[in-house]
Amino acid sequence: MSEAQKKEFKVATGDRTILPEGTRLVPIFIMGKRYLVPETLTIQKSLEYAGYQFIRSCGCRGGICGACPTVYRILGDYHLHFCLACQTVVQENMYLTQVPFFPANRAPYKLEEVDDSAETIMRLYPEVMKCVACNTCTKSCPMDIEVMEYVNAAMRGDVAKVARLSFDCIQCGLCSARCPAQIQHFHLAQLCRRLYARYQVPKAEHLQQRVADVQAGKYDEMLKNLVESDEETLRKLYIERKMEPQDSEGWEPQDKTFL
Amino acid sequence: MGYTPEMLELIKKVEASRPERVARVKQGVSFEPLTLDGRQEVLNKFHPDYNEAGRQAVKVGPSKGEVYPDRFVEVLEAKARLLVDNAELEKLIAFETDVLVIGGGGAGTSAALLAQENGSKVILATKLRHGDANTVMAEGGIQGASQEVDSPYYHYLDVIGGGHFTNTPELVAALTHDAPLVIEWLESLGLMFDKDPDGRMRVRHGGGTCRKRMHSSGDMTGSAIMRVLKDEARNRAEDITVLEFSSAIEILKDSQGRAAGALFFNMETEEYFVVKAKATIIATGGYGRLHIQGFATTNHYGATADGLVIGYRAGVPLSFMHSTQYHPTGAAFPEQNIGLLITEKVRGLGANLLNCEGQQFVFEREPRDVESSCIIQECLERNNGVVTPTGRVGVWLDSPMIDDLEGPGTVKKELPAKHIQFMRYGIDISKVPMLVYPTLHYQNGGLAIKDNSATNVEGLFVAGEASGGVHGENRLMGNSLLDITVFGRRAGKNAAEYAKGFSGSLDQINMDHVETYHKEMADAGIETELVSPLVLPNYTPEEIMEKQLTTHYHGGMRA
Repeated sequence: MSEAQKKEFKVATGDRTILPEGTRLVPIFIMGKRYLVPETLTIQKSLEYAGYQFIRSCGCRGGICGACPTVYRILGDYHLHFCLACQTVVQENMYLTQVPFFPANRAPYKLEEVDDSAETIMRLYPEVMKCVACNTCTKSCPMDIEVMEYVNAAMRGDVAKVARLSFDCIQCGLCSARCPAQIQHFHLAQLCRRLYARYQVPKAEHLQQRVADVQAGKYDEMLKNLVESDEETLRKLYIERKMEPQDSEGWEPQDKTFL
Repeated sequence: MGYTPEMLELIKKVEASRPERVARVKQGVSFEPLTLDGRQEVLNKFHPDYNEAGRQAVKVGPSKGEVYPDRFVEVLEAKARLLVDNAELEKLIAFETDVLVIGGGGAGTSAALLAQENGSKVILATKLRHGDANTVMAEGGIQGASQEVDSPYYHYLDVIGGGHFTNTPELVAALTHDAPLVIEWLESLGLMFDKDPDGRMRVRHGGGTCRKRMHSSGDMTGSAIMRVLKDEARNRAEDITVLEFSSAIEILKDSQGRAAGALFFNMETEEYFVVKAKATIIATGGYGRLHIQGFATTNHYGATADGLVIGYRAGVPLSFMHSTQYHPTGAAFPEQNIGLLITEKVRGLGANLLNCEGQQFVFEREPRDVESSCIIQECLERNNGVVTPTGRVGVWLDSPMIDDLEGPGTVKKELPAKHIQFMRYGIDISKVPMLVYPTLHYQNGGLAIKDNSATNVEGLFVAGEASGGVHGENRLMGNSLLDITVFGRRAGKNAAEYAKGFSGSLDQINMDHVETYHKEMADAGIETELVSPLVLPNYTPEEIMEKQLTTHYHGGMRA
């Protein structure tokens, strides 16, 4: 870094945007009302820049919570676009609105009383069979999930495939907002993920054993001794503890006293 | 979109040094980790917590005299939003319940589930949507000694060593003792853990671990956990009532000084209402959105320390609030991603950190505070950072080498969410490195609790990031998802038991403790216009605020 550069540069300043030099302002239309905003901003930050304060439609600001689903068109183009406001950079003449909440029926169930069969899916979400294969759900997913594919898998009772395909779902609800068959995709997917993990994936046997040991009090004394140890003792134990290597296939520590 | 030509030029240096670095990792040779003394030295010089500027002693309340970051002290020494007399509070009672949970993230939802299982009627109130929390943003994993070569004993040592031997021992024992139980609980709730075909948990190392005990669910572990917990809470809607967009404004007490529920604000209709409860659990998370020391943050929009403020006014002391965790790798480019968390899993998979010359300057799995300090040192002292067009600085995190180490397609498979997130800006992290700089990530401290999640105020419990002590001065990766579930469950169970054994009635609910706090502020000569809890961060540009001639801000929220 040159000296001149070093003088200029400032360490991060919270969430307020630093505009790159020569940033161009572009018109966007928030619910039809025109504002000029820096062209590099995300929709979310551009709304704040324009003076809006979020109560709804704002969550993690990092593309993982599903609070900020947004629909937009570009002036002069009939295509309807779907996105997350926190992940999408504004475009000139974007007409946008946010969908802070979309009603979707969620069927309650007791995980321990259902099974991973097609019958469970049909009983809880019978509308899944009404899918007309229009693919609108997939097109509206901001996470690029093959939504229609998993709906198709759900119709066949293939919960494993639903789980795998829907894994990235952030439950923003855009798929269900647009479905002509009135399916509640994201609730259906959540059900299938839980059914798959609970009933089709083998349980971790080593974990069962460890839980039994913990509950039998196997580690109580060891932990009690550590709680009562002074810092010097702890430091020594900490420094001397053996590291499991990165490639640990077949590795075992020599000292098994505390396992 | 994508990197600028200047940055692409610098990336060539990263590519030039990559083959040799990959070969080194394959031989099991890593960059030399720092000694304990070396760690201390870099912390003293470069960690924001060790810097006297930007910190001051708090002048009121049960932790009077403790030194905290300026911005946090401002929020603690702010005025209450309102004072309501007893008769008025009675009129505002909208709900009565056994257990009130404030906060709808992982800790709050775990607490609600366990309170329900232990016979309580529960109200879970949250200021945004149920599930809007830092929990959903945790990516890398959840620790638990589930392997045969590991045990809670080694987990304990890692936690306390990582916390510089400052942690509250009983809390560490609770955390590490319950960890396998929690992992098994989540498995039984239908969480899609990363497993081998035979069901064995796939585990990795994280910063500061001596055994592989990081369990994950893709690179969306927190999100996966939150989705499951929320789904389960909704299956129990008969007993768990969820109130969204309802922010807790103050803890209430009864005539005997026991916690009696809370006063809430409906953020949309602007009504106030009271939830009266035998037991109250604060599970409101952290304070990243206060932007301590001006840092960008990985945190959720709602991370404004509300629970700490109301718990403190109610008389609960703070613990370890002098300590903040900066995540070593927050996105420093592009501007739209600023502060965004780049999971430690990237380094767990073997990616190196490199300066502008494409050289390694730090072992990539130091404890987080040490790792952060080393990056700050490389950029600010040695001037070896990469400067962005917006005047920020960072170092390279060499994600493409993961494919060289683990096989093509690994980046996409193991880090799908990150891959998508950068692809949106024309950056394919399986082909080019990411630019990173430390970002405000976690509140190490919080309200002081015992190992059953109880506080010194009868009937008031705290769980998750809002509590302090379990991580000491530095939290290890994978222990926050663990903390929220372990102590969320403990808080829920113990609050339910407390509610069962509750004697007498909650009479004369009041806010006298808030009035006393105000008096103490006046006696200390504190003059302030700020109102807390903030409820929301305020990102309104100043030039717009200047023209909002009739708008008042109560904390961060317009009123």
